[in-house]
Amino acid sequence: MPTVTHNILPTVLNTGILAPDWPAGFWSHMIIFVVILFLFVIFMAMGFIYFERRVISRFQIRIGPNRVGPFGLFQPVADVIKILIKEDIVPLNADKLIHLLAPVAAIVPAIMVFAVIPFQNGAALANLNIGILYIVAISSVSVVGMVMAGWGSNNKYALVSAMRVIAQVVSYEIPLALAIIGVILFAGTLSMNGIVLAQKIPYILLQPLGFLIYFLGSMAEINRTPFDLLEAEGEIVAGYNIEYSGFKFALFYLTEYTEAIAVSTIITTLYLSGWRGPFDSLPVLPVIWFLIKVFAVFALIIWVRATLPRLRIDQVMGFAWKCLLPLALINLLITGAQVVFWPNVSQWVFVGVNIVLAGLLIILFSRFFRTTGDKIEA
Amino acid sequence: MKLKNYGEGIAKGMAVTMKNAIRTPITTQYPEKKLHISRRTRGNQLVWDKDKCIACSMCARACPVQCITMATSRDENKKLKVDKMDYDAGVCIFCGLCVEACPQKCLYMDTDYEKAVYSRKKLNFTKEDILMTEKSKPSGYYSPENEAKLPKQTLLVDGKLWDK
Amino acid sequence: MALKTETFLVNAGPQHPSTHGVFRMRFILDGEVIQDVEPVFGYLHRGIEKLAEGLTYSQDMVFTDRLDYLASMTNNQAYAVAVEKLAGIQVPERAEYLRVIMAELMRISSHLMGVGFLTNDIGAFLTPLLYMYREREKILDLFDMVCGQRLTYNYMRIGGVSQDIPEEFLPALKKFIDTLPRFIQEYEQLLATNEILLVRTKNVGILTKEAAINYSTAGPVLRASGVKWDIRKAEPYSVYSRFNFEIPTGSKGDVYDRYRIKIEEMKQSIGIIKQAMEQLPQGEIQAKIPKVLRPPKGEAYGRIEGPKGELGFYLVSDGATNPYRLHIRPPSLLNLTPLRELVIGVKIADAMAIFGSIDICMGEVDR
Repeated sequence: MPTVTHNILPTVLNTGILAPDWPAGFWSHMIIFVVILFLFVIFMAMGFIYFERRVISRFQIRIGPNRVGPFGLFQPVADVIKILIKEDIVPLNADKLIHLLAPVAAIVPAIMVFAVIPFQNGAALANLNIGILYIVAISSVSVVGMVMAGWGSNNKYALVSAMRVIAQVVSYEIPLALAIIGVILFAGTLSMNGIVLAQKIPYILLQPLGFLIYFLGSMAEINRTPFDLLEAEGEIVAGYNIEYSGFKFALFYLTEYTEAIAVSTIITTLYLSGWRGPFDSLPVLPVIWFLIKVFAVFALIIWVRATLPRLRIDQVMGFAWKCLLPLALINLLITGAQVVFWPNVSQWVFVGVNIVLAGLLIILFSRFFRTTGDKIEA
Repeated sequence: MKLKNYGEGIAKGMAVTMKNAIRTPITTQYPEKKLHISRRTRGNQLVWDKDKCIACSMCARACPVQCITMATSRDENKKLKVDKMDYDAGVCIFCGLCVEACPQKCLYMDTDYEKAVYSRKKLNFTKEDILMTEKSKPSGYYSPENEAKLPKQTLLVDGKLWDK
Repeated sequence: MALKTETFLVNAGPQHPSTHGVFRMRFILDGEVIQDVEPVFGYLHRGIEKLAEGLTYSQDMVFTDRLDYLASMTNNQAYAVAVEKLAGIQVPERAEYLRVIMAELMRISSHLMGVGFLTNDIGAFLTPLLYMYREREKILDLFDMVCGQRLTYNYMRIGGVSQDIPEEFLPALKKFIDTLPRFIQEYEQLLATNEILLVRTKNVGILTKEAAINYSTAGPVLRASGVKWDIRKAEPYSVYSRFNFEIPTGSKGDVYDRYRIKIEEMKQSIGIIKQAMEQLPQGEIQAKIPKVLRPPKGEAYGRIEGPKGELGFYLVSDGATNPYRLHIRPPSLLNLTPLRELVIGVKIADAMAIFGSIDICMGEVDR
């Protein structure tokens, strides 16, 4: 597929070569498109907030917000304005520098993920050829922000919550990374655009088990139900952002939705063949296919949130270590075997084999999986 | 304990949620569309028919929280008349015992529920404020003739939209 | 070398989204595990028992509405049963049947709310609660048609009920009863085999049979522990002896059993309402009692099976128009007595689930 160079985000950032028809220099190009990406993230976050409230209301047979502006479209604007005009309170004995820097440390890695996501053929801010490794590395850094928030608040509930966050996020990183390796083995490249180009069949069919593991793992990373015991108001602790108000709280709130967007875009790129669709050599159409897929994945996340109750912390950890990790290792073994021993067999055969194996493995694991029991010795 | 159902229960639950997502929502957009409330509604202020009243003070005696204060006196024909009838709608618990106790059936409950005020002092009504006029619409609580005049109640169980 | 840890005190204060009403629990935690709990209540005390001594017997009916404000009809029925026992009043047949229909509808509504809020505490983000509220709205509409209110009904009087049902009540009730089993089946499909719900509720908060009897619990909490005791069968009041229904009992007494009992009781209530609708006779709706009732000297204890347990009224009269003493046996308060034993040793998340399964209403606990 020829590289399309005269479109919305035409840049190839390796060895300093620019798009041939960019009139000005390298830095003006970088700055303009960084600004466009920031605006994209912020508007998508507001769009996601609105989308989530409307869709979850439909699942609960009611209408969501529809009074602020036509169809309620200005509701997130009203929310943002409300948060911004609140007073910024810092607790008395809090560690001021850590308290100040924690929201920054939480949101910056979430936004940095978007630098490698391809919106079109070759159209990413930085089309690195180690794209997926960059994503896995950067997205783990936002945990540091949450721990800083928990520690810097001088509040024992926030600290307890911060400990839970570390435990949950770190233990779900491992099955996540192992599931991604399956995709990389089939695609043969680490670059995100290369993975999209290599998908003649969307990888969700070729790796159903990998998709499931990645989906559940990322829901645990972004603290969504059923793993959302950190922001659950049913418990007495309200999470690591209990002492934040005003703009800093807005940054935490935005982090949550930015991570949700990031996860949706990564799943779309890895498993649903990104910007590909019918007629994708026309100028704007790949972006539209991409956005539709992102919203579809997010709708799936909302559907799960609307239905399921939440798990306890020890059940969450048990699920990661005893269920997802072995499944991810077995998935890796099967994928590796398929790529090495039968590289010339048509991929549709693998589709059938993988789906059957996924079903068998899930049934087998559920028979042997035990969560922890009732009363625990302290 | 074992997850014997390998995710089947979760899948069934999600099917239920999806089936409910395509039903029509049961919200009523309030100021544009108003439902008919019950014909025997009992949650609003009192309406007093002055001509039938014989000033017996049974309503004030029946009230459990003493929100009706009556002062009566005899006029020139040795008949009782009402001097002062103060009704405190802030104290009233809308139980309807006064309506039930009145022997002449001259007290009714109102059907108008949009009577919010900005200060509590405005909820102390004198006998002029609760007088029955042509515009007031009394409800059918303990009065079948009023009940027959009001429209039938909108029932959620009747609505074809909500039982698909 | 040993690690030095210390316990810390956490206050699940009176304003909290998970405690049903203003109930305060002071936990002493060691990490995540609860070492001790101290419940503090009394934030909603209004002095109903003392206020009732200043009003006549008929006026006291309005106070009973506000005890367990989510199940107002059964409170009214309990008080009426107690006064009728004290004064020896015979209630006409049609009034008894109307009372049974209203009480069973009230039981369905209260159980819908109990199950909905239990799932809300466990974490399902309002979805099952809103589905159950849709059915509860239909019940509240029916009550609105009969007595004009949706929460504090004041429908029953001493000696009968206050008003007769309008003619559109029975067709609407029939339509509701015919569609309710399908919705209950939908709730079962959503919740009963949901693995996450099972993992959160099975073997959590087990109350053994002896402990349940010793702690004087009643209602669904007692029946979930395996004791087959229901006042409608053991000491039938009103016309319950004429209906056939069963008493569901659990086997283990954990949170899951208490949830199942409520669903089964709803199905039994539907059966009772169908039988009562068929057998409804014509007649009067209130017995002839004097306007100001003066019962003879003595005392009486009248009790009924409310949705939350055994609700009892103890009345002492000395011949005057006002009761000398009115005491209420609150089922929610006495169901909370095993809370400390159930909660020690589990995590906070389980404590909220256990508390939600006991299904209390603060109006009754504090009176």
